[in-house]
Amino acid sequence: MPVDHAPPDTSAISNDQPPFALEPVVPSAATRSWRHAVPRWLRRVVGPLLLLLLWQVLSATGVLHRDILASPGTIATAAGELISDGTLGSAMAISLQRVVVGLLFGAVAGVSLALASGLSRLGEDLVDPVVQMLRTVPWVGLIPLFIIWLGIGEAPKVALIALGVAFHLYLNVYAGIRGVDEQLVEAGQSLGLGRWGLIRHVVLPGALPGAMTGLRYSLATAWLALVFGESINADAGIGFLMNQARDFLRTDVIVVCLVVYAFLGLIADAVVRTLERLLLQWRPTFTGR
Amino acid sequence: MATDIHGPVSTVEGPAATPAVRVEGLTRAFDGRPVIDRLDLTLRPGEFTALLGRSGCGKSTLLRVLAGLDRDISGTVLVPKRRAVAFQAPRLMPWKRVWRNVLLGLDGRPDRALAERALNEVGLGHRSGAWPKTLSGGEAQRASLARALVREPDLLLLDEPFGALDALTRIKAQRLVAELWQRRGCAVLLVTHDVDEALLLADRALVMRDGVIAYETPVGLDRPRAVGDPGFGPLRSRLLTELGVDEPAASS
Repeated sequence: MPVDHAPPDTSAISNDQPPFALEPVVPSAATRSWRHAVPRWLRRVVGPLLLLLLWQVLSATGVLHRDILASPGTIATAAGELISDGTLGSAMAISLQRVVVGLLFGAVAGVSLALASGLSRLGEDLVDPVVQMLRTVPWVGLIPLFIIWLGIGEAPKVALIALGVAFHLYLNVYAGIRGVDEQLVEAGQSLGLGRWGLIRHVVLPGALPGAMTGLRYSLATAWLALVFGESINADAGIGFLMNQARDFLRTDVIVVCLVVYAFLGLIADAVVRTLERLLLQWRPTFTGR
Repeated sequence: MATDIHGPVSTVEGPAATPAVRVEGLTRAFDGRPVIDRLDLTLRPGEFTALLGRSGCGKSTLLRVLAGLDRDISGTVLVPKRRAVAFQAPRLMPWKRVWRNVLLGLDGRPDRALAERALNEVGLGHRSGAWPKTLSGGEAQRASLARALVREPDLLLLDEPFGALDALTRIKAQRLVAELWQRRGCAVLLVTHDVDEALLLADRALVMRDGVIAYETPVGLDRPRAVGDPGFGPLRSRLLTELGVDEPAASS
């Protein structure tokens, strides 16, 4: 394509009269200052507060009957009573214990199976098809079987949590092991690492991000399994409190229990975040500092 | 199967008495198509050899065979027991701090001071405790060199180690490799597609083509070398011709 190298002809344009009008670029601060005067967190808090206020008003005026949903004030009072007489504390301790025990059993099972099938082809052929097959069974549907097998004590609840945890950890640890960069494995070989050295220094650290993702999913599943497990035949724990409240139409107590479940989930998430910050600080994509 | 000829090598070496590498009739085929086809190669101890070739000619495969990473081969391959590789990508373990990367794979429980001596040698002593993600490209490549050198190799294999560096960093890295080689006196095989780089660094340049060493020439230029030195031009043209690149007649 021919290119004309001559500059544009500007002789007709005189120096003191530009051929177009200029307009000022107004600094944005001048036009939107009122919105920035309110801090962002305050703006974000306004919505939930308004909702709470609406709820209280609807309850006070009788539009929202207390058998449908108790008012925020009643709920706060109920929470205070449950905390002061120790009911909530002991129920939380029991529920927490179920999650921790289930998590431990599930983690041991899920991680061992993932190591077996991630680290050896024989293990993969033996373990993976079985796990993938069982994974398609909805684990909540196993509750009746667990009750027949294990009774109605702690065992079926812990087993349900362990099952949900094990599948998530298995899938993520296995994928983490198989996703380790082949180039790094080769570099390790060239440095004289043997099979166990490679597993210890290259494969397992490389699978750690996947394992942490698995842990996060499995914690979410653990809480879900806890709620399912405790809603049947529990004689202690938060689920038991909820069942009791249902029988007496105490919607305030039910909401308190829901808030506690959410709170415990939040704590679990914080624990995983802290673990990630400690264990994964080497990651290039790490931004959680 | 690769076999080791050197035990622990004594510091006094007879000049070219035993070769550092001896390859006879090496063949490596991928799906029946030979990439290396009855190749013979001898490297002398302390010699800096550059292996040139177009991409896909099998030069990196040959390096991987010498490193012991590729053992689906036939023929005789004799290499020193102590050998080290620096790849095109630094291949540092991101989850180990730099000094732990340097010591990775060494026998026993080596001291951090050992790693820091090697890192000082490549001018990276101050980054010993850093995570690899915080290193620049050139720094990471120098850490990878330190990791290779800390093994005190009798054979150092370099697989296009400067390929991913920017032009200025590359010049510095080439000088560093020349210095380290002169200090350590190990045999070096540098795989590259850069003719200038080969002529700046090597005692001997090999051109690989059709699965064999098709051309070889000693590089008898005085050190330190520069691209403009007399004698550089003709060698350069010859090697480029061997690589299938014809230079315009007008240039030197």
